[in-house]
Amino acid sequence: MRPAMNLKARIARNETVDRLFVVFGLLATFVGLLTLAALMLDLAIDGVGRLDWQFFTSFPSRFASRAGILSAWVGTILVMIVTAFTAVPLGVAAGVYLEEYAPKNWLTAIIEINIANLAGVPSIVYGLMALGLFVYQLGLRQSILTAGLTLSLLILPIVIVATREAVRAVPGSMREAALALGATKWQTVKDHVVPYSTGGILTGVIIALSRAIGETAPLITIGALTFIAFLPGAPIKAEFPFISFEWLMSPFTVMPIQMFNWVSRPQEEFHLNAAATGLVLMFMTLAMNAVAIYLRYRFRKRIKW
Amino acid sequence: MATTGQAHPAILRNRAQSALMIRGLQRARERVIEFFLFLAALSSVLITAGIVSVLVFESLQFFKYVSIFEFLTDTQWTVLFADAHYGIMPLVTGTLVTSVIALLVSLPLGTIIAIYLSEYADSRTREILKPILELLSAVPTVVFGYFALLFVTPLLQRVLPNLAGFNMLSAGIVIGIMIIPYVSSLSEDAVRAVPGHIREGSYAMGATRLQTALRVLFPGAFSGIASAYVLGFSRAVGETMIVAVAAGTQPNLTLNPMEGAATITAYIVQVSLGDLPHDSIAYQSIFAAGLTLMLMTLIFNIAGYLLRKRFREIY
Repeated sequence: MRPAMNLKARIARNETVDRLFVVFGLLATFVGLLTLAALMLDLAIDGVGRLDWQFFTSFPSRFASRAGILSAWVGTILVMIVTAFTAVPLGVAAGVYLEEYAPKNWLTAIIEINIANLAGVPSIVYGLMALGLFVYQLGLRQSILTAGLTLSLLILPIVIVATREAVRAVPGSMREAALALGATKWQTVKDHVVPYSTGGILTGVIIALSRAIGETAPLITIGALTFIAFLPGAPIKAEFPFISFEWLMSPFTVMPIQMFNWVSRPQEEFHLNAAATGLVLMFMTLAMNAVAIYLRYRFRKRIKW
Repeated sequence: MATTGQAHPAILRNRAQSALMIRGLQRARERVIEFFLFLAALSSVLITAGIVSVLVFESLQFFKYVSIFEFLTDTQWTVLFADAHYGIMPLVTGTLVTSVIALLVSLPLGTIIAIYLSEYADSRTREILKPILELLSAVPTVVFGYFALLFVTPLLQRVLPNLAGFNMLSAGIVIGIMIIPYVSSLSEDAVRAVPGHIREGSYAMGATRLQTALRVLFPGAFSGIASAYVLGFSRAVGETMIVAVAAGTQPNLTLNPMEGAATITAYIVQVSLGDLPHDSIAYQSIFAAGLTLMLMTLIFNIAGYLLRKRFREIY
């Protein structure tokens, strides 16, 4: 047995170690925060000089100083439109089904396990699937449509999980009240459950889209081009029927691919272009995340059941 | 007829019938809607089926040409050269070296952060630090690639003059930092999920916060923490743009992180950037590489599952 004298010393030592851990915890956290800060500063120092009107309104070029991201940002926006229009209805419907309708059976269990596993599948594998299935089997080529569908499959699990969490947070008494007044199940879901969970769903959708906007690997895999010096056809036409979907089948590039192309070149002037593109990308992702955080905060504060 | 003020029995019957019909229609509509919602949920299973079938189908074409023995034992991967070799080993070592470095960075840091945030930090600090930390996983990976190649590598070269311009070390470190939030958030959830009375029991015995965290909460939450680790590994293995930009695209059978080497994902990117004809062996090789990647993550997920089962604590 150790002498009792040591007990106090040991307690004191344990408490010192305990207090020291606070320093470790803060240090570990600051490694992450410092990296984020260094990343932003590095991009800003290199890229901010290239950010002018000409950069946003020019096509890529062999000359770094004349090159711009016009085709890239237009491509990014169009691809995001396709992604949002497919992933949101599909993901919300799936989430609502799993929370409100799904019976407890083996099929539901398989769907649930499957969604959890999909979240861990590397994004480039989605690209390979899209290459084999959309590009060649379905003949959709390397188009904006293919890109949008690929990314929507990629973010589908995020949308489903966010929807489920939001729907689960609606108290059962709300459903019972609607049902007691004679509403059908679908009426309850459509008029009560989904509207009450809009905040949570919206937050999830924004987070998911901010993930999709930065995705590069699956789009390179489906064969997106890196040099596009034209814009897809306009969605609005002068003659009947006024709307055109030609742009869906157009070749495209997006901002992360443009950035990758520039950063892989040996010349330093192109690296500056890459940094400027990175700044724009970071601004978009951070802004989307900020909106999501704000929405989450606001809805959490406002709703009092 | 209705003008008399009293409804004719026939009209009443009609009304009852149409009410029944409306109810029937409504019921049918409910059924149809439920069916479509079910289809939406089922689509996630179809995605998995699509992934597996495309990978297996194209890989089978590849393995008609290349024997599995050569695939697993050859030490060179030179698909695009005239003297073609199809040994996946160099790509697997590249993937493993970058992932192991990433885990060496993210697991200790992520775990320390998780314990700090859940046991030490007050709720205000946590509310501020957590969202900022999670921004790390929101940064586009190609931006991290830029950072690894043009910031971290030059920085490391000051300390390690032998470091190659393209190297696995800086790519691995940056991947590690990127996956910190995955590890820390999930681990923190797991640590917090340990019931309060167990924590209080430990405090009542005179344990400090650190002792409680390491000897009571960590083992108690191990199942959840292991899931966090496995997810972190999946992310590291599947990470593409950071390695494609910063570790180079040259297959290189080495365990030395100071050198550059292609990973499985970087190879897929390299081939996809070129304009390869559909049905060529190089085209099919990226699916074989993708299948290898899937199998690697699958093995680790199963290992994680077994580990969790072995150490699961039930309260």
